Amino acid sequence: MPDPTTPPDPTPARLAVRKTYKLFVGGKFPRSESGRSYQVHQSNVALASRKDARDAVLAARAAVRAWAGATAYNRGQVLYRVAEMLEGRREQFVSLGVPAAEADAAIDRWVWYAGWADKIAQVYGSANPVAGPYFNLSVPEPTGVVGVLAPADSALLGLVSVIAPAIVTGNAVVVLAAEAAPLPAITLAEVLATSDLPAGVVNILTGRPAETAPWLASHADVNALDLTGAADPELAVALEEAAAGTLKRVLRPPAAPTDWTTDPGIERMTALLETKTVWHPKGM
Amino acid sequence: MTATTRPVPAGPVLPGRGSLRGFLHGLPGVDQVGAEQRAAALGTRSIKTTAKAWAIDLAIRMVDLTTLEGADTPGKVRALCAKARRPDPTDPSCPAVAAVCVYPSMVPVAAEALRGSGVHLASVATAFPSGQAPLEVKLADTAAAVAAGADEIDMVISRGAFLAGRYDEVHEEIAAVKQAAGAAHLKVILETGELGTYDNVRRASWLAMLAGADFIKTSTGKVPVAATLPVTLVMLEAVRDFRAATGRQVGVKPAGGIRTSKDAIKYLVLVNETAGDRWLDPDWFRFGASTLLNDLLMQRAKLTTGHYSGPDYVTVD
Amino acid sequence: MPAFDYAPAPESRAVVDLRPSYGLFIGGEFVDPADGSAFKSVTPASEEVLAEVAEAGPADVDRAVRAARAAYDDVWGPMPGAQRAKYLYRIARIVQERSRELAVLESLDNGKPIRESRDVDLPLVAAHVFYYAGWADKLRYAGLSAEPAPLGVAAQVIPWNFPLLMLAWKIAPALACGNTVVLKPAETTPLSALLFAEICQQAELPPGVVNIVTGAGATGAALVAHPGVDKVAFTGSTEVGRAIARAVAGTRKRLSLELGGKAANIVFDDAPVDQAVEGIVNGIFFNQGHVCCAGSRLLIQESVHDEVLGALKRRMARLRVGDPLDKNTDVGAINSAAQLERIRELSAAGAAEGAERWSPPCPLPERGFWFAPTLFTGVSQAHRIAREEIFGPVLSVLTFRTPAEAVEKANNTPYGLSAGVWSEKGSRILAVADKLRAGVVWANTFNMFDPTSPFGGYKESGYGREGGRHGLEAYLA
Repeated sequence: MPDPTTPPDPTPARLAVRKTYKLFVGGKFPRSESGRSYQVHQSNVALASRKDARDAVLAARAAVRAWAGATAYNRGQVLYRVAEMLEGRREQFVSLGVPAAEADAAIDRWVWYAGWADKIAQVYGSANPVAGPYFNLSVPEPTGVVGVLAPADSALLGLVSVIAPAIVTGNAVVVLAAEAAPLPAITLAEVLATSDLPAGVVNILTGRPAETAPWLASHADVNALDLTGAADPELAVALEEAAAGTLKRVLRPPAAPTDWTTDPGIERMTALLETKTVWHPKGM
Repeated sequence: MTATTRPVPAGPVLPGRGSLRGFLHGLPGVDQVGAEQRAAALGTRSIKTTAKAWAIDLAIRMVDLTTLEGADTPGKVRALCAKARRPDPTDPSCPAVAAVCVYPSMVPVAAEALRGSGVHLASVATAFPSGQAPLEVKLADTAAAVAAGADEIDMVISRGAFLAGRYDEVHEEIAAVKQAAGAAHLKVILETGELGTYDNVRRASWLAMLAGADFIKTSTGKVPVAATLPVTLVMLEAVRDFRAATGRQVGVKPAGGIRTSKDAIKYLVLVNETAGDRWLDPDWFRFGASTLLNDLLMQRAKLTTGHYSGPDYVTVD
Repeated sequence: MPAFDYAPAPESRAVVDLRPSYGLFIGGEFVDPADGSAFKSVTPASEEVLAEVAEAGPADVDRAVRAARAAYDDVWGPMPGAQRAKYLYRIARIVQERSRELAVLESLDNGKPIRESRDVDLPLVAAHVFYYAGWADKLRYAGLSAEPAPLGVAAQVIPWNFPLLMLAWKIAPALACGNTVVLKPAETTPLSALLFAEICQQAELPPGVVNIVTGAGATGAALVAHPGVDKVAFTGSTEVGRAIARAVAGTRKRLSLELGGKAANIVFDDAPVDQAVEGIVNGIFFNQGHVCCAGSRLLIQESVHDEVLGALKRRMARLRVGDPLDKNTDVGAINSAAQLERIRELSAAGAAEGAERWSPPCPLPERGFWFAPTLFTGVSQAHRIAREEIFGPVLSVLTFRTPAEAVEKANNTPYGLSAGVWSEKGSRILAVADKLRAGVVWANTFNMFDPTSPFGGYKESGYGREGGRHGLEAYLA
């Protein structure tokens, strides 16, 4: 009951404007075509469907040719720009519950991979001294569209650590965010959307990976599948079997929990690369 | 290498089967990366003040104001002709365009509307834009357009025949259309967006010139890739070399996709630094365009008034 | 007068804010030299004085080396690579953000056309720093050493032809690997290095990591000879390079040298002519020919000699020589009176030895240092203009009959920095490239540079490579 002695405050406490968390597909933020959502921390989050996964693969395929064809320097610049934009939004991730140290590490991880853009071919490619009058050069090329199950144990750093190594070499990804940690994933999408990253290079679907992952695993226009976040062993096996249908490259889930803070090495990049060897005769 | 000392098959007499092929394939190659770099470098020229004013007026005088739509009507064409005669009704110092370019069925209307203006009347012909029709049909198409009053014919080559290596057939066809066109100037559209390589652009340019083309033109405007700076660079090199080899000068017309004054000026720089002064004239260089003219007019107004103009201040036709 | 007469399109000088005088950049601050000496830097386009610059003596050099040593021991050497990377990324970004200012300053101080400083030098500078920033935390992946470690203090002496780019080529890999540096820019072009020092301050680079000592040959000699230096890197003339190699003989100092050249640019009869002509022009007239890897010997197959030469002359007549700050200038000013004198002297020798000299009609400004684009035909391998580096816009044209003869002539020089090959036949390009004794071979292109691509010479063009993964080797133990 209001106190009759003091007049009512004419300006009540400001009511916050809540954000709608939507999917990130083709550079846009659509709701799920299914119209479904689920609740996480009082927020409604889009619950992606089979058809959203299909749309995301189309968006990734449409983007991958230009992204793979961009110069390595350009890709490195874009990834560095992501680090800059993420630094600017660091507090926002902390407010979502990401530990500050993890947010910092995630920023630095973009910087680490930005530097690889124009170096991975120098480390992983080779000039081959074949026994004959031939020029022979092996160069890595991106495999194409990669489906990624993001890890659940590290909502931002883990997510960045699976996206960055895939795209830095020129792949495009469809990421299934961890079911319980969609908010940092969609917030990262907002960073990506403002980082000069071409639309469709990264697509992020929130919802239940167990529902959408099988559609990625069996999709004929997906080239590789990263099962890092497939915590359920039965699901992981089923996805790997489905991926065998079109002989997708598969990164299996880690045997032991991953320490995302350590030097990531180059394995996540090389796992999603093809090697092309060119022969050419040498003669007058 | 450059054509100066290269023996050229005598035209318009058709060289023996095989020799045309040998000649075209003996032309120096075009390195794609180098050609594109050169075009891009010339695109960085900075054309300011007096040079810009001069270039914009020249560009207006070089426009082939074009409408090539299924929906064209006599009313639309008459409006376009009025615009061609007097692009800026508020400024009598603004020059007229070079020509109006329409479908054959619209030639009588345009001829009437342009009478006495000095603006040329171009008609596309030869089963534009695909070129996929029997030769008799193409010749009839051409003759009809000329009879109705066109003094310029924009023909398309058979890209299918060219890409299949039937160069003699393409040559014969151009020569036949040239004959059917009579006194009308013949512009030969190579449709460079369908030729795939700059080597092919150079070969098609030479083939068209050997067959009697008065102009070589990049595009119909009806396929996704129309005129580009590097394609036009290669064609300008071809007309330059052809003149050096034969003494006959052939014009160049980029068409499609040139929408801004900035673009047009880049082309003029390309002409200036590739073919030279001789081609900086509406008789030898044209722009096939529909929306370019209004941007040229707005830029012209900017130079005159000192402030930017807007689309509501130029006429829509 | 040509029909299409480009009106002047000058880039604004207002973007550059020069101080009247500059000190030495030591320990993160601008300081006065011990004995107060100074010299003036002029713009070669008009001989106008741009600024007064301190001249470092032995005491100043010593102070700079000590500052670098302290920064190496206390800060930069122990710092994690990822942290060094972030400093370098910062610097790269600032260079990008201030690129127009730097480009205008470079054109003012050096005389090169703004088109080049804007479109070539500055983008390459930023890219180079970006590239090596990325290596700073990835050195163990470079395949050079199981436990890569920095060398210590690097003494770096750079030339005047690409002042800021040569600085980037030197400083970026050195810092990425954990070394600290004392760099001496050329005495005719010190200003962009001093602006770079300000950028280091802006990036909050720890004091002493980068030190800039301005001065002439004596300053450079003192720096190279300083006992506190672990590594010497030099770009410049073969003559000075030789002297430096002698000076470090018997010490533990590591040495890398990028010296002169007399590159052959070989045009075969199946070359893409129009692009070859562009490449020939770019090869010798880029940066007024002040390029160690310039294609200064044009070798044309005899069967196409007249045609290529005709096309080349036609193209040369289109070159626009003049105000370096005009955006349409293709060829700018010669960097100094001394260099102009050397170009004149060697050109006179070419004519005296019987080669035929040709230049397009080309009005030159009255003040400043200018030399018209020039070519000599009828040159033989015995002529001085075919043997000595002119380092100016002067092209010597020779002929050959067979690929073997082209290779033999191309290699017939004590230099071995670069070479060009023009042909549409891939197998010939690769076979000829195999046989050329040169550190860089450009095929159907010329004067291309990229931070990922190693650059450096064979024979008397020096040793060591800059750029690419190989460029790390010069700065790692």
